[in-house]
Amino acid sequence: MKRVFGDRKTIIILLAPTLVLYIALKVVPVAWSLGLSFFEGNTLRGFTFVGIDNFAKFVQDPAGIQSLWVSIIFAVLATAGQIVFGYLLALLYVFVLRKGSAFIRTAVFFPMVLPTVAVALLFKSFVAVGDNQGPVNDVLNFLGLGSVEFLASTVGTMGVALAMTWWSSMGFYAVLLYTGLLDIPDEVIESARIDGANGIRLVRHIVLPLSLPILISSIIFSFNSTLKVFDSLLALNGGGPGTTTAPLTLYMYRTAFEYAEYGYGSTIALVLTLLCLVFTLAVFRSTSKKSAEA
Amino acid sequence: MTETQTLVGIAPLSRKTSRVPFGRRAARIARRIPVWFVIALLLIVVLYPQVWMVLGSFKTQSEFLSNPTWALPESFDLDNYVQAFTRGNVAVNYRNSLLVTLPSVALIVMLGVAAGYALEVMIWKGRHATLLLILGGIMVPGQMILVPLFTVYFKLGLTNSLWPLIITYTVMGLPLTTFLMATYFRSVPREVFEAATMDGCSPLKQFFVIGLPLMKNAILTIALVQFFSVWNDLLIALTFTSKQDLATIQVGLLSMNDQYGSTQYGPLFAAISINIVALLIVFVFLNKKIMAGMAAGSVKG
Repeated sequence: MKRVFGDRKTIIILLAPTLVLYIALKVVPVAWSLGLSFFEGNTLRGFTFVGIDNFAKFVQDPAGIQSLWVSIIFAVLATAGQIVFGYLLALLYVFVLRKGSAFIRTAVFFPMVLPTVAVALLFKSFVAVGDNQGPVNDVLNFLGLGSVEFLASTVGTMGVALAMTWWSSMGFYAVLLYTGLLDIPDEVIESARIDGANGIRLVRHIVLPLSLPILISSIIFSFNSTLKVFDSLLALNGGGPGTTTAPLTLYMYRTAFEYAEYGYGSTIALVLTLLCLVFTLAVFRSTSKKSAEA
Repeated sequence: MTETQTLVGIAPLSRKTSRVPFGRRAARIARRIPVWFVIALLLIVVLYPQVWMVLGSFKTQSEFLSNPTWALPESFDLDNYVQAFTRGNVAVNYRNSLLVTLPSVALIVMLGVAAGYALEVMIWKGRHATLLLILGGIMVPGQMILVPLFTVYFKLGLTNSLWPLIITYTVMGLPLTTFLMATYFRSVPREVFEAATMDGCSPLKQFFVIGLPLMKNAILTIALVQFFSVWNDLLIALTFTSKQDLATIQVGLLSMNDQYGSTQYGPLFAAISINIVALLIVFVFLNKKIMAGMAAGSVKG
């Protein structure tokens, strides 16, 4: 038996293609990129070793710091919205609609599979002003307010980007959290009801603590995807007005591939990686503290 | 403590039962009204932008400019679609997207299921460490490998083809797929494989005869999830696409918007609508698998 499951030839045939590709095109490039972040230059111009100068440069680079803040603010607000809307929808599915929630669940999920670029262009037209004014401004006019050119301001662009992110992903988080809520045994809910817990109290004291694990993994997943926001802010307004809504990913892309600064671009990519790591660890730590208190 | 709460809980219940049946029914309907209101609002928020976009794709330029935005199109002719396909690059974009997505997804799934089997069913020293190494790849953002890969593709002279996209997508999709496949194999009782060994099945044959058929469902689910993540990607497509006739649909949409996003609404609306309608058709048939797969991919990842 052991001989069969330990058959070396089989292991190599099945695993080697994946492992070779993975090491050659992921592990090596990551190490390479780490190394590049200590250099200045590009392939054509050649590289010069600059030590930690790139990191010092980043700390003092107004565009870099700005893009870092854009990423962080976007990620925090996007995650908050995704989780809150997702959780409210999940509660709606489980406690109000019960068995009849399948259609709503599916319909609200659907925008998640649409390409972000298409969604961004949709929202761009949806909030448009001018010749071809979109429905949002029509509603504003109907209410007696003037048209607002959302994409002309930083706050407006971020607002639209957040709205489209929530719109397209709340159904996904709802399904994710819904499966977590279904795992709570009916008897627990029933006995809490009999004990007099209802509505908000039931959610606050029984449902929320019991669904904490799935909530935590959703928050971590949400941070890890929204910190890498790229498509929506690029397609919506090109990181504009100016570069005021350009996230770290877009700044990295432009630095590396439009200005051909490979070294500094790699440094920005490393900052992004560290940022994801910091957020993941922060969520882990805050929750382990909470569960220790409880 | 529990007893007093039980009493409080029962009191309103008994009052309810003493009501006349008609009043109870009316009360129940009244209580449902806010629920229906919330659901109606939810469906409008989710569906209206999509319906509005698809309806808009049938409007002529003068309708866009003179009719209110919520007006229905005057006729359902396909002019905008024809224009998007012939004048824009939409047809080429779609061909490129298919030429990139299908091979990438096929490679990801085939290599991933084999690796998952080797890491979970086969027993050898270092398999846990290997799985951990692959797991680490899920955490690292794609931006970390773009610059080195760009250099390599450039040196190999691949930049004038779709190969950089296929290769990069395959590498990006492999870690999660391998990991998920390993977890799926873990849920299969070991006796299944052991019985096959008793019957004298060779190790490699066992993978094809027992392992693969067991994973049919998992393979379809993961293939769907990977299909959407490759099809909808912009970052990698933008980085490794040097010429317009190599652009995938996402890059094409972006440049189409730059070209005549603010002047020619019809073709742009049509190009976006094709995405919505095509994916809706896929989604209607496979939504259970897609939803389950995406949820599994995120929680475990």
